[in-house]
Amino acid sequence: MSTTPTAPKLDSKCPTGPVSERWDKHRFELKLVNPANKRKFHVLVVGTGLAGASAAASLAELGYKVSVLCIHDSPRRAHSIAAQGGINAAKNYPNDGDSVRRLFYDTVKGGDYRARESNVYRLAQVSNSIIDQCVAQGVPFAREYGGLLDNRSFGGAQVSRTFYARGQTGQQLLLGAYQALMRQVGLGKVALYPRREMLDVVTVDGIARGVIARELVTGAVERFAADAVLLCTGGYGNVFFLSTNAKFSNATAIWRAHKRGALFGNPCFTQIHPTCIPVSGSYQSKLTLMSESLRNDGRVWVPKAKGDHRSPDQIPDAERDYYLERIYPSFGNLVPRDIASRRAKEMADAGRGVGDNGMAVYLDFRDAIGRDGAPRIAEKYGNLFQMYERITADDPYKVPMRIYPAVHYTMGGLWVDYNLESTIPGLFVLGEANFSDHGANRLGASALMQGLADGYYVIPATIGSHFAGRKLGAVTTDHEAFKTTEAAVRARLDQLLSIDGKRSSDDFHRELGLVMWNHCGMARSEKGLKTALTKIRALRDEFWHDLRVLGTGEELNRELEKAGRVADFMELAELMVLDAEQRRESCGGHFREESQTEEGEALRDDANYCYVGAWQHTGEGANLSWTMHKEALTFEEVKLTQRSYK
Amino acid sequence: MSGGHDTHSHGLNLTLHVWRQKNAQDTGHFETYSLHGISEHCSFLEMLDQLNEQLLKEGREPVAFDHDCREGICGSCSLVINGRAHGPDRETATCQLHMRRFHDGETIYIEPFRAKAFPVQRDLVCDRSAFDRIIAAGGFVSASTGSPQDANALPVPKEAADLAMDAAQCIGCGACVAACPNAAAMLFVGAKVSHLALLPQGQPERKKRVLAMVEQMDKEGFGNCGNIYECEAACPKGISVENIARMNREYLGASLTARPQGEAKAGF
Ligand SMILES: Cc1cc2nc3c(=O)[nH]c(=O)nc-3n(C[C@H](O)[C@H](O)[C@H](O)COP(=O)(O)OP(=O)(O)OC[C@H]3O[C@@H](n4cnc5c(N)ncnc54)[C@H](O)[C@@H]3O)c2cc1C
Ligand code: SF4
Ligand code: FES
Repeated sequence: MSTTPTAPKLDSKCPTGPVSERWDKHRFELKLVNPANKRKFHVLVVGTGLAGASAAASLAELGYKVSVLCIHDSPRRAHSIAAQGGINAAKNYPNDGDSVRRLFYDTVKGGDYRARESNVYRLAQVSNSIIDQCVAQGVPFAREYGGLLDNRSFGGAQVSRTFYARGQTGQQLLLGAYQALMRQVGLGKVALYPRREMLDVVTVDGIARGVIARELVTGAVERFAADAVLLCTGGYGNVFFLSTNAKFSNATAIWRAHKRGALFGNPCFTQIHPTCIPVSGSYQSKLTLMSESLRNDGRVWVPKAKGDHRSPDQIPDAERDYYLERIYPSFGNLVPRDIASRRAKEMADAGRGVGDNGMAVYLDFRDAIGRDGAPRIAEKYGNLFQMYERITADDPYKVPMRIYPAVHYTMGGLWVDYNLESTIPGLFVLGEANFSDHGANRLGASALMQGLADGYYVIPATIGSHFAGRKLGAVTTDHEAFKTTEAAVRARLDQLLSIDGKRSSDDFHRELGLVMWNHCGMARSEKGLKTALTKIRALRDEFWHDLRVLGTGEELNRELEKAGRVADFMELAELMVLDAEQRRESCGGHFREESQTEEGEALRDDANYCYVGAWQHTGEGANLSWTMHKEALTFEEVKLTQRSYK
Repeated sequence: MSGGHDTHSHGLNLTLHVWRQKNAQDTGHFETYSLHGISEHCSFLEMLDQLNEQLLKEGREPVAFDHDCREGICGSCSLVINGRAHGPDRETATCQLHMRRFHDGETIYIEPFRAKAFPVQRDLVCDRSAFDRIIAAGGFVSASTGSPQDANALPVPKEAADLAMDAAQCIGCGACVAACPNAAAMLFVGAKVSHLALLPQGQPERKKRVLAMVEQMDKEGFGNCGNIYECEAACPKGISVENIARMNREYLGASLTARPQGEAKAGF
């Protein structure tokens, strides 16, 4: 560590008192901005997924002046559009015993006790309003014949609390938020800037006052000044190259903010989804998720014998290992995501995987079809079967599906307090980009809930404390800070363009992804993490010496865009490994091989690791370094227990 | 086919004619490339990734194209493949198209979506923000964030909800426009008008919405519908032309009852 940083104040600003009254109390104590004054404050929103679109629309409705940067040609294309399964809420419409407290409890437990109780309770509390709001916007959720909303159980939850719109819940929720946003654009309350990629945060006197962005069509580097900046730029799962995330999803916005002083919370917490279509060749560009609901009827198995290459119909039942049913007699195929993923990896590692490269397991519907008939199965999963067949050319009615885990979601992200404010005053972080509510593992259908909670209900209440509580002088884009930050951005673009090496950024990215997948993926060990560190550092060095980007910065240049993102992933990868290394316990999606029970289950260490690891960037370039600070987690409402699914 | 992939094939050899255009001002032209050993299991966009990797190695600038989700939901991908928007398969976006659909030795023409309202920005990338402006004109329910009534206070017949969902599935890709000889946007606009007109939440602004959206559509330079239905054939989400008929009815109904400002005061 090259410098001795001043320790930032890690004040979570969580209210005290009974957990159910904290959000109310906090809102009451927050300073309000006079309605007539709101239009004087300019909010800059980066990213138009659920978090960004809902925040931008809601703040404009309140009267703030809002500008929005969108990486696509249209805000409707943001990554949230791809979410399939559904969104949770504590409505208890099915009368099956759900409540705000139960959703809160399930989320804290599901996150393996590594999230703040105050935040999670608030999330559960506002969940019901989200559904009401979306219905009011015309979101066409699934309904029953009586015309009321339909619910389903998702991801092994004991209650049916998931609202859905066929297999396109994310799409419909995002279109609702997008339409609300476009309404404000039409009214002249929001200035929309499409095809803009944010490349740095500008701070004045330590407060976030704008960003530098690149217009992706002409390449123009632009300055945007504001009184508050909201990063709603999504997760960083694409550090692994192959993930279920969209191709443009990246970490640059939060990484640049991190390097300007925003602490990064729990970077190693990654969720790996067990049911994805396996990698089929070296050309593979992304992975496709198959809904988790398939595990309700499909049975997971591999051949008992190593290297058994017979086609699945030639393998009799006695020679199949339905390993989830064997190891977990009570939960069987419905064990949580992290467990199902890890066990699949174990099978593949033991040489019992299936498919060309042995990196897959079977998900078999033979018995379900035998029991219920093909038409009933088609009714439930027809569109998923079709999607599978389109990609693999295999017919799941006849041949078992081949599935394998894939990176899906990142629980880590920029550290934020209860107001969603990062350690840079005036810089707020919403949605998957922050670290806040899911602890070490996210429950199915809870990311959409969190993105919309942050955007529709939390930030409209908390942003006022920034405007009303601080003296914000007028700052324009002529300020010196904009000049120097823009110069830094330009220098970096020039550097990427001038290396003149041989390898493409995709090529580097693929290699980085493999290192991360092998050593910082489903299972992590001291030795593997050490190896990863060495490899990442060497690869990063090679990147800066052998990258090839053609063309110029003054045009639409996709290779230049990608290169910038990969450069940031190269650094973030190192931080993820460091975080995984310091956390010598297993919790949620983070499995340290050194910390497991005799049966191979994750073993938490509450005595030593019941904290958020918040990383501060302390050194640059060859001296790239960080210092970790701890935010202790306390549990007053939920008792810490070890999960068991046997 | 059994569980494994055919490992013996040596892949496809292809001749590609790809539209290259430096920027909006450039007139553009086709360039021809040969690609070898493309796996039939890779997607069309992964085939283009490999082309770009090859071009980069040769010191030639890669081809720019739009994409993001690569699973047929974001509406970014926008190619005309052998003369057809989103290529040969029905209800399939470009990113869902796989190379097994093509044969060894095939020649493939790849162009951007073309329409006056969708100017090409570079190579295969075009600007579809005209769609956003149509939505901004009226494609929403004015329900500001707050504390609306309970979601179940207003039951919606399942049939209406299902029909609304059918229309709401539109991904805003613009293939309907690219496929239409008149570059009309009726399927896109009809889908949004239908989605909201079919639901009780959409009723208060029903008339205003359709009038405003159609007016904006005309302003953006989209053509008129000639009932040729190429739009439905190209649509990756199978949006039905019934939505165009519904929009026409909505529009007619709204025009007949709308009161132009300052007029129609005298009662009958
Ligand atoms: C296949 C899939 C299925 C899922 N299904 C579910 C589900 O059923 N239920 C559930 O609850 N969750 C689900 N999730 C998770 C959930 O979709 C996401 O966590 C959530 O949508 C994130 O929303 P967001 O608004 O935080 O970010 P995003 O939707 O990711 O939006 C951020 C946007 O910002 C853009 N951006 C990034 N960097 C920059 C920059 N520098 N400048 C400008 N723009 C930038 C990104 O390209 C992106 O479009 C799923 C995820 C995947 C991948
Ligand atoms: S109607 Fe179909 S083709 Fe037209 S934009 Fe929507 S999804 Fe695309
Ligand atoms: S890339 Fe998203 S629809 Fe094709």
